[in-house]
Amino acid sequence: MSTPDPGPTAAATSTADGTAAAGGGTATAPAAEASSVLRADLLRVATAGSVDDGKSTLIGRLLYDSKQVLADQLEQVEAASVRRHGEGAVDLSLLTDGLRAEREQGITIDVAYRYFTTGDRSFILADTPGHVQYTRNMVTGASTADLVIVLVDARQGVIEQTRRHTFIASLLGVRHVTFAVNKMDLVDWDEDVFRAIETETTRISAQLGIPDIHVIPISALQGTNVVDRGSTPAWYPDDAAHPTLLGHLQTVEVSTDRNLTDLRFPVQWVVRPGEGAADVNGERWSPDELHDYRGYAGQVAGGVLRPGDEVQVLPSGVRSRIARIETLDGELPEAAAPQSVTVHLEDDVDVSRGDVLVGADEDAAALCRREIEADVCWMSDRPLRTGQRLLVKHTTVTTVAKVDAVLDRLDLHTLEREDAPDGLDLNAIGRVRIRLKRPLVADPYLRDRTTGAFILIDEGTNDTVGGGMIR
Amino acid sequence: MSPTPAAGSPVHPAPAAPRPLHATGPATAGLSKLRALESEAIHVMREVAAELERPALLFSGGKDSIVLLRLAEKAFRPGRFPFPLLHVDTGHNFDEVLEFRDRRAAELGERLIVAQVQDTIDQGRVADGYDPARPGSSRNQQQTQTLLDAIEEHGFDACFGGARRDEERARAKERIMSFRDDFGGWDPKNQRPELWNLYNGRLRQGENVRVFPISNWTELDVWQYIAEERLELPSIYFAHEREVVRRNGMLYAVSPFLQPQEGETVETLSVRYRTVGDLTITGAVESTATTLEQVVTEIAATRVTERGETRADDRVSEAAMEDRKAQGYF
Repeated sequence: MSTPDPGPTAAATSTADGTAAAGGGTATAPAAEASSVLRADLLRVATAGSVDDGKSTLIGRLLYDSKQVLADQLEQVEAASVRRHGEGAVDLSLLTDGLRAEREQGITIDVAYRYFTTGDRSFILADTPGHVQYTRNMVTGASTADLVIVLVDARQGVIEQTRRHTFIASLLGVRHVTFAVNKMDLVDWDEDVFRAIETETTRISAQLGIPDIHVIPISALQGTNVVDRGSTPAWYPDDAAHPTLLGHLQTVEVSTDRNLTDLRFPVQWVVRPGEGAADVNGERWSPDELHDYRGYAGQVAGGVLRPGDEVQVLPSGVRSRIARIETLDGELPEAAAPQSVTVHLEDDVDVSRGDVLVGADEDAAALCRREIEADVCWMSDRPLRTGQRLLVKHTTVTTVAKVDAVLDRLDLHTLEREDAPDGLDLNAIGRVRIRLKRPLVADPYLRDRTTGAFILIDEGTNDTVGGGMIR
Repeated sequence: MSPTPAAGSPVHPAPAAPRPLHATGPATAGLSKLRALESEAIHVMREVAAELERPALLFSGGKDSIVLLRLAEKAFRPGRFPFPLLHVDTGHNFDEVLEFRDRRAAELGERLIVAQVQDTIDQGRVADGYDPARPGSSRNQQQTQTLLDAIEEHGFDACFGGARRDEERARAKERIMSFRDDFGGWDPKNQRPELWNLYNGRLRQGENVRVFPISNWTELDVWQYIAEERLELPSIYFAHEREVVRRNGMLYAVSPFLQPQEGETVETLSVRYRTVGDLTITGAVESTATTLEQVVTEIAATRVTERGETRADDRVSEAAMEDRKAQGYF
């Protein structure tokens, strides 16, 4: 159940123009001498489901059975289980209880993050609670997720909430959705029940265009098919085609999800040390070099940067070539998302924070947009209305924006789009047209999850009031 | 009474040899976990430096803030750090850590501001929580006031800290950018949503923000990063012989601030520290690990959390950390 290690030969998949590598699909393989733990890669997972689906129990089970719960944490949970339920089995759902306010009220307030490592892979698990503020929490958790686990209660089958969770995952561009059909013990592991859910979730996912889905039967309470196999029935045999939930999480391939085609490098910070910085740098840079040093620091959002490549600086459209790519550890032959690097250009051109380096053959006019249409998830008590003035933060740019029109609103029960004469209320999702004071170098969200995303900020309160995905 | 390193044991990692570039694999093949976490942290630090007026980096000489310093080098060199370093000194710190703190700041050529809890006490702004006659007492609460005073005096609007979400369950719910009101308080029920890698650093009047670039790192990640980057640590992180007393299941160093009580026996044991806080509340673990590799191996095999094992301040109640954060604690 471990990810195959491609070893140093992975270098061979890198191609001159970087495009073929996107389909190459090799897993991570840094320095060969690194220990196996250092070689581990990272999978960001969000869970969706309500308390009744057994989500907390599932997460507790994942942590507990993968031996990630330490003795003092377990003692706390055992003591709390006895206080709450009397003597008996440990209530694993208590492992994920965060704050006293939550424990007192038996609710979950906000997105919580859990960490565990098994074999070659580490997981960051965003645990998004299910009742009040659900949309806001799930959108937040899914915004950074590679994979979403949607919990389905086997007794209830696919319900409205299942459709909603799957829809939000697809809206947020999550390419891997795993349906964990929980409480299979309560339906006596009835194959027909599972197949019906499998058929329906597969149909919904196809409709929504989710490229990679898996449906896995489990019992979180009894620990069956979560981490350990337990006794699954003959229709779900112990073989590679029928993984446990964790087995699937450990092997799902996400390295091809990144956009390695369209070069996007939003400039975050201009490094201009000047001669005054000579005393902090030791031998590496001479005072002369520091005097002229001008590097553009940022995190690659898409594509591959290579020295010698011609680039355009947007929105100005000025052209230059990449002279070199620097890090504290030396120069790099190439850089791709999500690396943080410092880029030097061959020419002394004017580049500042908020500018984006893109490939030479890109259509600058099409990329720089003063008007965008986006799916917005609204997160404020005061509704979003046509004509409203807001701030948009997109990559490293913050600009003033005006809501031109709220085009529609999603009925989160039927998932139908409907007119939105009153704008968008708290936790509503709808299509919005926005005009911008400063042009944004933007892509459709489903093409690049970094250059296609923005947040909305209320100028009066400075609160983050929405998240948007550009069409 | 002063700690003596075990004879002949190397307490520091070997001086850094020239290292191979870390990105030896092709960028297109993806990053290792540590490099992905590193890149995320660098991104956070640059965003804050770009969007806030006067940040500071909280540097205690502890392992997490040592990692922050390396990340700051990665984010801003060959430029200077666009912020000073700030340490809130309770006056009860390990000498080895203070020596390291000053030396590291000098090596980096960056400005270090030390705010003394003793000054806050002398000014009558807080009462001293530490009482030599009261075992278990400490200045843990008082450092919050000194931190808030320093933030106000220097006009800091953002403080980088090395807190991680895996440390404690209140932290698991905290954002990377954690906003604090005029009194430094954290309101867990009213946090800004944090989507993608888009951080909203805009402040209301009187607010400031604590920024945790290594929120998503685990304790083991920190140790492995220290090993991979060959970062120097204060000597107390490695096994050394020290006079200790056993108290409430923990091993405390005998120091001017912590004397054996009646019935307690002073033992000389080989110990190391897993976290670094005040002498009055930080417990040691028995260990013979004298190299980073040995420490990493021990941490990977441990069955107890670092705060549960070595921090008396978090064992007071189930919600000890949550309460202190609401009052403005780091």
